Amino acid sequence: MGRPRLAVDLRDVMIRFGDFTAVKSMNLQVAETEFVAVVGPTGCGKSTILNTVTGLLKPAAGDVRIFGKSLTGLNGQSGYMLQQEGLLPWKTAHDNVGLGLVFQGSSIAKAREQARPWLAKVGLKGFEERYPHQLSGGQRKRVAMAQTLIMEPKIVLMDEPFSALDVHTRRLMHRILLDLWQADRRSLVFITHDLDEAITLADRVVVMSAGPASRMVADVRIALPRPRDVSALQTTDEFVALYREIWSLLGAEVEKSYVTQG
Amino acid sequence: MSRRGRVALTQFAIVLGLILIWELGVWAGLIDPFFFPAPSTLVVRIGDWMSTADFWTDIGITLLETVLSFLAGIGIGTALGIWLGLSPFAAEVVQPFIKMFNAIPRILLGPIFVIWFGLGLTSKVALGVTLVLFVAFFNTFQGVREVNPVVLANARLLRASKSSLLRHVYLPSATTWILSSLRVSVGMAVMGAVVAEYLGSSAGLGHLIAQAEGVLDATGVFAGIIVLSAFVVVLDAIVDCAEKRLLVWRPAPAHES
Repeated sequence: MGRPRLAVDLRDVMIRFGDFTAVKSMNLQVAETEFVAVVGPTGCGKSTILNTVTGLLKPAAGDVRIFGKSLTGLNGQSGYMLQQEGLLPWKTAHDNVGLGLVFQGSSIAKAREQARPWLAKVGLKGFEERYPHQLSGGQRKRVAMAQTLIMEPKIVLMDEPFSALDVHTRRLMHRILLDLWQADRRSLVFITHDLDEAITLADRVVVMSAGPASRMVADVRIALPRPRDVSALQTTDEFVALYREIWSLLGAEVEKSYVTQG
Repeated sequence: MSRRGRVALTQFAIVLGLILIWELGVWAGLIDPFFFPAPSTLVVRIGDWMSTADFWTDIGITLLETVLSFLAGIGIGTALGIWLGLSPFAAEVVQPFIKMFNAIPRILLGPIFVIWFGLGLTSKVALGVTLVLFVAFFNTFQGVREVNPVVLANARLLRASKSSLLRHVYLPSATTWILSSLRVSVGMAVMGAVVAEYLGSSAGLGHLIAQAEGVLDATGVFAGIIVLSAFVVVLDAIVDCAEKRLLVWRPAPAHES
């Protein structure tokens, strides 16, 4: 076939919480080395989709396939970076980065050894011994990113990871993330409500409809060349054209979400 | 002069002033030394005590009782707190019993412990434990229950096992609570030891005070109280040190700098 394998394959997935249908029908295919961004108005069930891919939520209908196999139980191949701070405040930066390794039975000294290069990769060399409260918001995010990526998950899931950061820090995070992904490409599902961010980072942008009972509205390929220059990209004509195209779909959904939410 | 220096100086001046007034009052015959012995006689008495071996034995025994009841109380209280903190069902079942037990004025258990365990060390430690245990228990319980849910979710997503969660998430989280109550716990442990000694024993600071009281020796009682205060201040300083070392990861409170 020549085409890369599908890492994530959601087919007609429906998610319900009791009588409430959060996601009506979701089809999402992510290839092995693909970066997919999912955008949608607040409350459209974006996080629900990640929880489904992780195996935390079971779909009421439809099929979740990970590398071709139906998902049962928790997904052992995914790494999940949460929106909110999840670092242990009583552990230093390199102990936090190595946390997953320790959970897998590695010794603390060994985990530290492996964490060191990862801290360097996210630009935090020299910050090994700092506690989370001694780091800035952006630095904490970088530690969290290293914490997720050190486990070398085949599928990386990110749930609005940079939404709490200021614009400049966010751009820095984009650059770091793209550099890391470029160097070692794996499938990445990135949830965001920020269309700029989605187009800047992803190979494909998936637009979801307003919740409840949301579904996929569009699936747009972002053909911008890589490696991308995060700061110069957003003023290019191609970028603006893509933004217009996707916003024409997303904007309508955002309007709808205003109506349903009062 | 720094603010801290001025505070210390003022405190010193207040103490010195009170002692002077007291001393002069006794000299002038305004204060009856039978009820309020002059500070100078207290100093002499403490000096006398310090030159005897018995006094140091008393201190050693009280210290041993304090440390033992502190450690046992913290151990049992923490274990109980973790267990109930992690098991909502058990917590619901046990809660009324704990409340009931905690409502008993613990001092009243002293005589019972003397009957059960005799006049020796065990009855003192037992009373101390019942006092420390609840402080440690309530704090651990709270600490385990109030683990930041995001931190917990993140640890779970990193595939932490139950024992890893306990070791790396629940226990450290509870530790901050236990440590913040450490000073109260130490006070409780001292109180348990001294009160139990006072109620019936053959050695210890409580015994020393009880003996002096038995012969209406106010000087002995006051001197004993002063020694006891100094004892607690020293323990408090040690706890303070331990707390600072164990909580390095915590941001400094905003009002301190």
